[in-house]
Amino acid sequence: MGAYQVLQGPEGYLPPAAAMQGVTLAGPGKAMIEGRHVEKQEAIECIAEKLLGATVPTFFPGPLVLWRTTDYAQERGKLIREISAEVGAKVIPMPDYRPKYPMINPEVEINPNHPNLTIWFNKIDVGVFIGVHCHQANLALKIIRGGTSCFTVALCAEEGHEEANVSLRETDNDTLRKLLATVKDLKKRRA
Amino acid sequence: MSAKNLKEVSTEYMLFEAKREEQFMTGSEAVREAIRRANVDMAIAYPITPQSESMHLIGDLYAEGYVKEYFRGENEFAVMSQVAGGAMAGVRMFTATCGPGTLRAFENFPMWAGARLPIVIGFMTRAINAPLSIQPDTIEMAMLMDTGMLMLHAENAQELYDMYLMSFSIAERTSVHIPVGIFVDGFFVTHTRQKVKVVTEDVKLKPYDPSMSPTPHIDMETPPFRYMKDPFVMKSNYVSYAAHASWQQECMASIERSRPFLKELLGSFIEQQNPDAPIQIIASGTAVSQSREAIKMAKEEGIEVGLIKVKTIRPFPAEEIRQALSKAEKIIVPEFNRVGWLAKEVASVIPNNDRMVQGPRVFGGMTMPPDVIVKVIKENALFGV
Repeated sequence: MGAYQVLQGPEGYLPPAAAMQGVTLAGPGKAMIEGRHVEKQEAIECIAEKLLGATVPTFFPGPLVLWRTTDYAQERGKLIREISAEVGAKVIPMPDYRPKYPMINPEVEINPNHPNLTIWFNKIDVGVFIGVHCHQANLALKIIRGGTSCFTVALCAEEGHEEANVSLRETDNDTLRKLLATVKDLKKRRA
Repeated sequence: MSAKNLKEVSTEYMLFEAKREEQFMTGSEAVREAIRRANVDMAIAYPITPQSESMHLIGDLYAEGYVKEYFRGENEFAVMSQVAGGAMAGVRMFTATCGPGTLRAFENFPMWAGARLPIVIGFMTRAINAPLSIQPDTIEMAMLMDTGMLMLHAENAQELYDMYLMSFSIAERTSVHIPVGIFVDGFFVTHTRQKVKVVTEDVKLKPYDPSMSPTPHIDMETPPFRYMKDPFVMKSNYVSYAAHASWQQECMASIERSRPFLKELLGSFIEQQNPDAPIQIIASGTAVSQSREAIKMAKEEGIEVGLIKVKTIRPFPAEEIRQALSKAEKIIVPEFNRVGWLAKEVASVIPNNDRMVQGPRVFGGMTMPPDVIVKVIKENALFGV
């Protein structure tokens, strides 16, 4: 049996947790693409390409971005808006983690317990998680991988996510600036 | 030494660089000395033998100022629920229990893991009633294996001391963040004196930072302040089932993620002695010590026997055990319990498990004299090999 790959879905009824299939988190300074450990810059370039190639790219900022009021967090919010504008992405917030079914309005927010609704409703083909608590992010990322064909990206401030198709770790504002610069550079080269 | 003005140090410094001095102490006192340096915010106790002595000593630490808050709960279930509350609020928690106390509190253990609470708990294992017994027996470990907690099994007081000191940083890592149970064979270790190298009293571990938790902790000052772990079972639909299933998978994944950090601090998941011997003993806890004596006795009679000491039960070192037993012709699994949980675990991960000898096993407080193990070795010895 070959190494398990964290591929774009839909994978099936109840996909396994990637960590249980031998996928390990990348160490400091590294990143992950489809479960493989890669250099951080390679993953940033992959994210930029996916975002620019997507029909409905979407950022899902979570509570760690939405509810923070520090200067650093505000700058983080601005960077997310800038990157979104640059790639023409929607921004759909994940303000909390309550299981709000079946009343969720998938047009305006995403719920980690049934993210499929939002993805399907909005026809999202690339989804970027940022500022979502790691447990809730892994839950949602795995459900998305199981039931949709959305390509998932995790911009994690901590140790990263095996459940995402591409995952950065220790994503600080400098990393977001690098992503923004990479997107701009790629757009320029394509033009 | 005062509890104030202690230097905060990393777990790595505490384990591998800090000055140590040898003391002669019981296992329970080793627990006290580890917690003295662990910067624990809150400990909650309900006395049950033989854990009672350890938690009494933690009470002394509270009186001396080393633990910030300490009280006695109404019973074990209350204690484990209260410990959960403290951890949900984002403070470093410690408690201990054993045997019937473990079972009375049981519902809380999978809840701790499911809520991703980084609680460190000591289990000074003892027999399960009935008939009533307060004596050593590791049967409760069989019952805790699938609760979602990490399980380390200490052989002696030194290991017990070191495992406590390393467990907080593993439990509190963002990618792991689940409870850690430190197991030790009650009485055999808790109530006997051994030499233990303890770190000098001028240092303590760095505090827990709940802002790095993978789930929101209760914080009324910072939204989203509601404790958002509503039960899915209130909804009967596919979504709630899928979310619950994925939640369970995520907890199991957290155990897997602990492997590199555990390995770094423990050095290895297993330790081997005489790896090429055709007969191998595999054991954990004090069964390892008894096996060492048995191996010496067998050697005097010309029989070479190897030993594999298992330090972590969850995560279970399946690959390491598979490799270590790849050439073994006979595998003996001495255990201090009736059900043979270690034998079952080993049998489930190795090929040709008809090589295994189930036992010897003692339980209900019985000791395991080395000659009981030697007898099994002789029955299975391949003379002339």
